[in-house]
Amino acid sequence: MTEFTPLLSLIGGALIGVSAVLLMAFHGRIAGVSGIASRILPPWESKDEIGWRVSFLVGILAAPLVFRMISGQTPVQSVSNNIPLMIAAGLLVGFGAVFGNGCTSGHGVCGMARLSRRSIIATATFMGAAFVTVFIVRHVMGL
Amino acid sequence: MTKIGVAFFLGLLFGLGLIISGMSNPAKVLNFLDLFGTWDPSLAFVMGGAVIVTYLGYASVLKREAPLLAKSFLTPTRTDLDARLITGAALFGIGWGLGGFCPGPAFTALPLAATGTLYFVPAMLAGMWVGRFTPNLTQQASSL
Repeated sequence: MTEFTPLLSLIGGALIGVSAVLLMAFHGRIAGVSGIASRILPPWESKDEIGWRVSFLVGILAAPLVFRMISGQTPVQSVSNNIPLMIAAGLLVGFGAVFGNGCTSGHGVCGMARLSRRSIIATATFMGAAFVTVFIVRHVMGL
Repeated sequence: MTKIGVAFFLGLLFGLGLIISGMSNPAKVLNFLDLFGTWDPSLAFVMGGAVIVTYLGYASVLKREAPLLAKSFLTPTRTDLDARLITGAALFGIGWGLGGFCPGPAFTALPLAATGTLYFVPAMLAGMWVGRFTPNLTQQASSL
């Protein structure tokens, strides 16, 4: 069980939105984490685009530390300890996001906000696949 | 330098948004996806808040001639649907449903160093790298 947190989730979502809007306003880019992260990996298309991408990612990595400094709390989390499962999940998420040109942030937030047909279809597809996967894992396999 | 400094703060804001919304906790994501079990609707509020703010913000930002720190806005222009988009999204969704992590939350959870995260993130980077080399993908990616 996790607690339903409508207000905090709405506020957190709005902050993600503000970040996405400002990245467009300053850098002219979509705030898609898989697009940003995958383009840091070699080979590089354009070297002068690496700096801001690395920096954005470092900002994301710094967030739990800054959160702890401000609030005095460590973010609550519960991550599966099933190592083969987490490796398979990581491979699928990384490959699928790059293959399908976006993830939850690029398609789900930025693309949906642009009313992009591709992003709306992609978001519906990955949401659907994820609902089915969780149903199978939890209610068919009983894990 | 300004470009790099601003990007850091925007990444930080993005990560704080993920943490405050509860999305850095895979259990919360998996419970959203578990409609027939311990359903937690929070993720819908995260997406809703993010999409509404981004929709309104983009509308005013994209009216400008150019971004503040770059030459031009780079937004995807494709509108066609292809097998690659659907296949990629479906594989992504399966992985998301298995682990409860998508790329943003996985990175922001990395410093918390849970065992599962420490295996997930390198696997995700490997998957991304393989994805980059899958035929035609680099061409498409550069048009984004």
